[in-house]
Amino acid sequence: MSDSKSMDKPLDCPERRNFLEKATAVVGGVGVAGASWPFINSMNPSADVLENAISEVDLKVIEVGQSQTVSWEGKPVFVVHRTPAQIAAMQASKGGPDPQEDTARTQQPEWLVVVGLCTHLGCVPTRDNEGWLCPCHGSRYDNSGRILHGPAPANLPVPPYKIVSSETIIIGVA
Amino acid sequence: MAKGIISWIDRRFPLTAIIKHELTEYPTPRNLSYWWNFGFLAGFVLVLQILTGIFLAMHYKPDASMAFDSLQTIMRDVNYGWLLRYLHSTGASAFFIVIYVHMARTLYYGSYRAPRELLWWTGQVLLLSIMASAFMGYLLPWGQMSYWGAGVITNLFGATPFIGEAVVLWLRGDFAVGDATLTRFFALHYLFPFLVAGMVVIHLVSLHTVKSSNPSGINLEDKDNIPFHPYYTSKDGFGLGVYLIIFCWFVFFAPNTFIEAVNNNPANPLVTPPHIVPEWYFLPFYAILRSIPDLLGGVVAMVMSLLLFAVLPFADRSTIPGGARYRPIYRVTFFLFIADIFVLGYLGAQAPTGYVVPMGQVATFLYFATFFILPIVSKREDKWLRARLPQELLAQFDRTNALAKGQNKGDAP
Repeated sequence: MSDSKSMDKPLDCPERRNFLEKATAVVGGVGVAGASWPFINSMNPSADVLENAISEVDLKVIEVGQSQTVSWEGKPVFVVHRTPAQIAAMQASKGGPDPQEDTARTQQPEWLVVVGLCTHLGCVPTRDNEGWLCPCHGSRYDNSGRILHGPAPANLPVPPYKIVSSETIIIGVA
Repeated sequence: MAKGIISWIDRRFPLTAIIKHELTEYPTPRNLSYWWNFGFLAGFVLVLQILTGIFLAMHYKPDASMAFDSLQTIMRDVNYGWLLRYLHSTGASAFFIVIYVHMARTLYYGSYRAPRELLWWTGQVLLLSIMASAFMGYLLPWGQMSYWGAGVITNLFGATPFIGEAVVLWLRGDFAVGDATLTRFFALHYLFPFLVAGMVVIHLVSLHTVKSSNPSGINLEDKDNIPFHPYYTSKDGFGLGVYLIIFCWFVFFAPNTFIEAVNNNPANPLVTPPHIVPEWYFLPFYAILRSIPDLLGGVVAMVMSLLLFAVLPFADRSTIPGGARYRPIYRVTFFLFIADIFVLGYLGAQAPTGYVVPMGQVATFLYFATFFILPIVSKREDKWLRARLPQELLAQFDRTNALAKGQNKGDAP
């Protein structure tokens, strides 16, 4: 009995035990968090999806006043060949609740390139002469893709793109 | 022979004891009405959904290029594929009807009150899980409404402060709803019902601990209880028969009632259908979402509209047991609340123009106001009733309440 008591004494050290318990919990927690990362990250876009992040658009087929919808990252992008009247009207205005200069939204004034998803809940707005109207909740965009009124909080975003020649633009590279 | 087998099992596993304790001798109030059938019905619908779902999965292809066509194959070529699919699609709507009635009964009779708070909360977790399953299942046909419904709802997560965009990208696994989204929704749609089944077991364990509530609101004495079997197995069986007549009428004669016509067009990421509506069972919550002009505010309001049910056991401060049956003010509040939900549901299906927006905002305000005025209303109603009820009845109520609270604090003397 006295033997075991003398052996228990150094083992029965609450500080040491508490420290070991906490250290185990911390190391275990970090381990679980680290091990869960591959699972979480596997749900992010895969390499073949990221591949779709570059789209080439042929400008020859888009006449003045026409708009074409192309797919970029699986999302619709509006490429509009604007008329001089539209350009003049857009450069004279700053838009609505999210004011922005038209020149800040275009690289060449005759070409407007915007992502065609309403900034409210992501429906595709329909094209008319004044710009676009979202069929879901009635957001109205002008010919610069700027929000004029409706529930959408922001302008249609301008994707990164490069005008490589008078005939081609590449969306997805700045 | 059979006796021998059962006693062999009983020496190793308490089979007979479980059946006795949970079924043949499980005490049930003798005054339960048919409103108490809907829990059993929900269980039945869950089993049917899992069964039809497993058999549908044997023919369905969770791939963006094949999903829509595989559904046509199921409908036209697979033996009884049409039946499996219509049972499953009608079953989804039936599930929500049954559960909403089950919840309405809980609200009307005050079944959420002590000592049944945990029972109520586990039921809420079940509701949220079933909503998630239904939402993910709705993407699988890969029709236009499937696609854009999933697009709009996943977009809601974009309202998360700071990391919204990354969260949406992560949820979808693509820049827009795409093949990755469809495949993961299928995987989770297959998983969730089994989690739901597990949670149902927890719900039932909780039920069998506190026992069923009853229309009187008073916990009955032992002599007023009857065994579940055969009294309520037969009552549930009869209710099931009535339910199946109505359910089968929809399955066989009007299976497209709950399927949007536009969903028979394959998903097209470049064109939005002119009018997007969620499934009917989400409409009231969708109306609340749209009533708040700010996206984040709308999402918070929609989530709160579901979570707020959790506060009811505390918000109801009456000392009169039970719910609407013997509490006139509570009864009026209940029916106004239900009417408000119907108004919200109607507004959620309309295009948000003209009167729809302000009316939705008023209805949303009334929805939330109900939760906030309940503590005051129930307290004042309590005072008003106590001044009018006979003393010996009030004394009995106080004994009942003490018992309910005592059960909460364990068996300490």
